[in-house]
Amino acid sequence: MTRDLTPLFEPRGVVVTGVSSHPGKFGFVALHNILSCDFPGHVFAVGREEGEVLGHPVLASIGDLPEGGADLLVLCTPVSANEEIVRVAATRGIRAVFCAAGGYSEAGPEGAEAEARLVALADELDLVLAGPNGQGVVSTPAGLCAQIVAPYPPPGRIGVASQSGNFVSAFLNYAGQTGIGISRAVSAGNAAATSVADYLEWYADDNETDVALCYLEGLPDGRAFYERVRDVTRRMPVVVVKGGTTAGGQLAAASHTGSLATDDRIFDGMARQAGLVRAATIESAFETAATFATQPMPSGNRVVVLSTAGGWGVVTADAVTLHPDLALTPLPDDLLADIDRMLPPRWSRNNPVDLAGGETRDTIPELLHLTAAHPEVDAIIQLGIGIQGNTAALTRSGPFHPDHGLERIVDFHERQERRYAEAAAAASDAHDKPVLVASELAVARPDNPMVTAVRESGRLCYASADRAVTALGHLVRYAGCRRDRS
Amino acid sequence: MPTLSEAASRRIMEDAGVAVSPWETATDVKSAQEAAATLGLPVVAKLCGDAIAHKTERGLVRLGLSSQDQVGAAAADLLAAARPEDGEVELLISAMVGGKRELIAGLVRDEQFGPCVMLGLGGILAEAVADVAFRLAPLDRCDALDLIDNLGAQALLGEFRGEPAVDREALADTLLALSRIAGDPKVLSVDLNPLIVVDGQPVAVDALVETT
Repeated sequence: MTRDLTPLFEPRGVVVTGVSSHPGKFGFVALHNILSCDFPGHVFAVGREEGEVLGHPVLASIGDLPEGGADLLVLCTPVSANEEIVRVAATRGIRAVFCAAGGYSEAGPEGAEAEARLVALADELDLVLAGPNGQGVVSTPAGLCAQIVAPYPPPGRIGVASQSGNFVSAFLNYAGQTGIGISRAVSAGNAAATSVADYLEWYADDNETDVALCYLEGLPDGRAFYERVRDVTRRMPVVVVKGGTTAGGQLAAASHTGSLATDDRIFDGMARQAGLVRAATIESAFETAATFATQPMPSGNRVVVLSTAGGWGVVTADAVTLHPDLALTPLPDDLLADIDRMLPPRWSRNNPVDLAGGETRDTIPELLHLTAAHPEVDAIIQLGIGIQGNTAALTRSGPFHPDHGLERIVDFHERQERRYAEAAAAASDAHDKPVLVASELAVARPDNPMVTAVRESGRLCYASADRAVTALGHLVRYAGCRRDRS
Repeated sequence: MPTLSEAASRRIMEDAGVAVSPWETATDVKSAQEAAATLGLPVVAKLCGDAIAHKTERGLVRLGLSSQDQVGAAAADLLAAARPEDGEVELLISAMVGGKRELIAGLVRDEQFGPCVMLGLGGILAEAVADVAFRLAPLDRCDALDLIDNLGAQALLGEFRGEPAVDREALADTLLALSRIAGDPKVLSVDLNPLIVVDGQPVAVDALVETT
């Protein structure tokens, strides 16, 4: 049965312990972050210093917490204090505990005993216990940033659960960079009572979350994880990136989370069998989750590559062809004939569709719609837009602008770039098919009007065609598995 | 952990529905020759016993015996090679089956994931190529077919040098049989190495079962 994590992710009030006036301490940082990120509920601070921190009154003891004032407790106090705090907090209506404090099982046998006692106590009091030794919990629908690190991400549909707190931050940083936002994020820490599988199960039922993104190092009970996530992936895509796939990495993981090594090929087989989407790198994991969060599910593997010029189309055709889950589909005759009417004869006349510079003002939006509408096309990768906007940027910053007719041409190019990006999203929405836009300008010139407009459309502008192909491959494979299973 | 003899291991595989090369057991030269006559030459002769897990390393496998004289000589040699610590031994005579492609399949119990069915590329380059994939038992037919698809060397599973493509359904049957065997907690591991592709059909020509 799914563990109810509502008080952790949707608390009505939060209390932080270990709050002091020292801005470097966890308690201070956690309080600061909660107060700074628009949490609408009550916030309480408990600490040993009398007075105020950040203009917020400090309670001398958890016993001073008003009854029912908070349902989430964020522990930034030492191991020795926490059991008593939890016991008293429960009498004041606390229902979930995020234990940011370290010094538990990661610190040796004594810490392990304290951790076991904390787990037993949470069980006895029927509390959700996250951590210990975790960086915190973030929930954008609740305006909650209860973590000892940054950032607070933009809101979105990705739910993060990670065995490493720093990768939570990494995913949230990518969310900030790309604009593809986060619903919930949690650092599982030592996962003493609440494991990644618990978070995934709750995310699957969560109306705010469409896709889960998780970093795993080790799975002490891999079999149970498999049995549980197999059911989760039927309801929601789960993107996984695994650390410790080599002997060197496994040694590092053993000292990091105490995780036992397993043969990576067994993990990989388990992942495929469980319907998990396994990404090779952290950045690919984020981009894959972002793709699930922002693109429609494809009904097949037939990809058409649209490009304004040759080279991009060629390498992308290679990448699609080499991908085991994607097919570079031959251009259907009727689509070819339609495109033929729009372009001068030098266009490529096959897939990739290379306009060879033959486009006029409306070609790209029309082509996107025609292609997306075709029943024998399942997904589109659009390349080579943003160039005119890039030229316009140089023109705009040069010494001749706005004279010599430059203002008009710059404005035209910038408008066109926005139009192309909007057309890609519109074609995708209208025909319910993935349309991925890729350009190095996504990272090289994020202020490019095409890149900005892709972002404003709520989609990811992929930093390269290869990265778009990788993400699309995961989307197609997952969609296929889901069809096979149903 | 104790291993079973090849003969005992083959019986378990046959009961589970795995295709193994035709075989007989023999206790002396005469019965070895009778077995060879029944199976048809050429044959393979091996010394087999519960305590003998690594026959090849000890030179206890004689391949391609194409006359009754060769069968007799091999049988005498193998019986003479038995050591006291081998305990009870017998001869295993099997038909020499031909195929250009070798696979390996098996069952392992992983500390974290429990019983797993394995499929890989066999033959002398197997270790260097390391083309192996796993699925957690129990497998359904979809899992078994996906496990086959998971191998890197898909070209080897298609039509190959005049041999037909590997019968994926038959190979899936083998993997499903291993998955069923995983249900017996006494079986710790199974090694079918090699699994030779004979006219597209996977046939185990050796089997090693490890028990609790």
